Amino acid sequence: MCSVCGCGEAEIVLDKDKAGAHAHGPHDHDHPHDHDHDHPHDHDHDHGPHHHDEGVIDYGQGAAGAHAPGVSQERMVAIERDILSKNDAYARDNRRALAAKGVFALNFVSSPGSGKTALLARTIEALKGRLAVSVIEGDQQTSNDAERIRATGAPAIQINTGKGCHLDAHMVGHAIETLAPEPNSALFIENVGNLVCPAGFDLGEAHKVVVLSVTEGEDKPLKYPDMFVAADLLLLNKSDLLPHLDFDVGLCLANALRINPHLQTLVVSAKTGEGLAAFVAWIEASAARRAAALAKG
Amino acid sequence: MHEMSLTESIVDIAVEAARKEGAERVTRVVVDVGALSHVEPEALEFCFAAVARGTLAEGARLEITRLPGAGWCPDCGKTVALAERFSACPECGGFRVQMTAGDELKVREMEIA
Repeated sequence: MCSVCGCGEAEIVLDKDKAGAHAHGPHDHDHPHDHDHDHPHDHDHDHGPHHHDEGVIDYGQGAAGAHAPGVSQERMVAIERDILSKNDAYARDNRRALAAKGVFALNFVSSPGSGKTALLARTIEALKGRLAVSVIEGDQQTSNDAERIRATGAPAIQINTGKGCHLDAHMVGHAIETLAPEPNSALFIENVGNLVCPAGFDLGEAHKVVVLSVTEGEDKPLKYPDMFVAADLLLLNKSDLLPHLDFDVGLCLANALRINPHLQTLVVSAKTGEGLAAFVAWIEASAARRAAALAKG
Repeated sequence: MHEMSLTESIVDIAVEAARKEGAERVTRVVVDVGALSHVEPEALEFCFAAVARGTLAEGARLEITRLPGAGWCPDCGKTVALAERFSACPECGGFRVQMTAGDELKVREMEIA
């Protein structure tokens, strides 16, 4: 465990050249200053996320901190603290840091294979020249998704959660620091493909966007309600496949709206580009609305 | 398995509070888990011993209090029992019930030595 910030074990992969961020991992606690110290300042703090050359924060390695146990008289102590209070505190910090720079953050959640990465890549292309975008990619392993995003020209950082099933606000805080999104830009956070756990973890985003694909089944919102309640926008992806399927779009959206009457919905295709203009308009309108709300205080 | 990270939070909160109290050991941790929260109590128990190992809470007993779900039905004008987060009102069958209790996730108290 990292003794500075108390986090577990993780790894951030970052493409230093393309991301344009400075090259220290959030956990190395090494100072990137260039002047020569005469004393040996080369020691590696070997705790916290393992830092790879290609830029991965890996929460799959390392050991927990240890404390010496002892024995004495027993007594009860009231605590009354929310189990998620720590995550929520980090999320508040992230939200504050993003607001200070006018960065509009979206947290994309879905089951694996819904087409999130393809959708993000296409959306980044559509936003070119209108809104700068940087991306935080969350997966258990590999930097494949961050590489796909970088191919669009957008800076991206990969968080590998190891055995973790979701991103938490602490990992994302480090990734934001390293990625350093430019002022008045958009930040897309692609969560680990999982329709359950990411619902409970606030990352400091403006909105959760749930992506569902038409190959999945109309009753997904009823089976995994938490995620559809937590989200503000539903993107029903892969609409290009509809002619080949028995998927009932109306029934799917009705199910989603039964779970969350305030959910906004769009039918899109990352392949053909259907619905993407509407999604881009939603992003620009939501970002403007948020900026106005922040300006008002 | 997000129960694993929730369990890490439980142990962190208990160990932090125990240090503040100058305790040498945590022997029991009592948590409230609402019936409608997205947490499996058995999974918490399963993770707890492993996560607590090597901390002040090593060997501590985890006690989970299950709190029942409840919601306000605007059609009936009263609080009703809720078995699932988005289920219909058990009295009128309507779907407008607003959850008011059951999503708790809290470390309530602990026993220290």
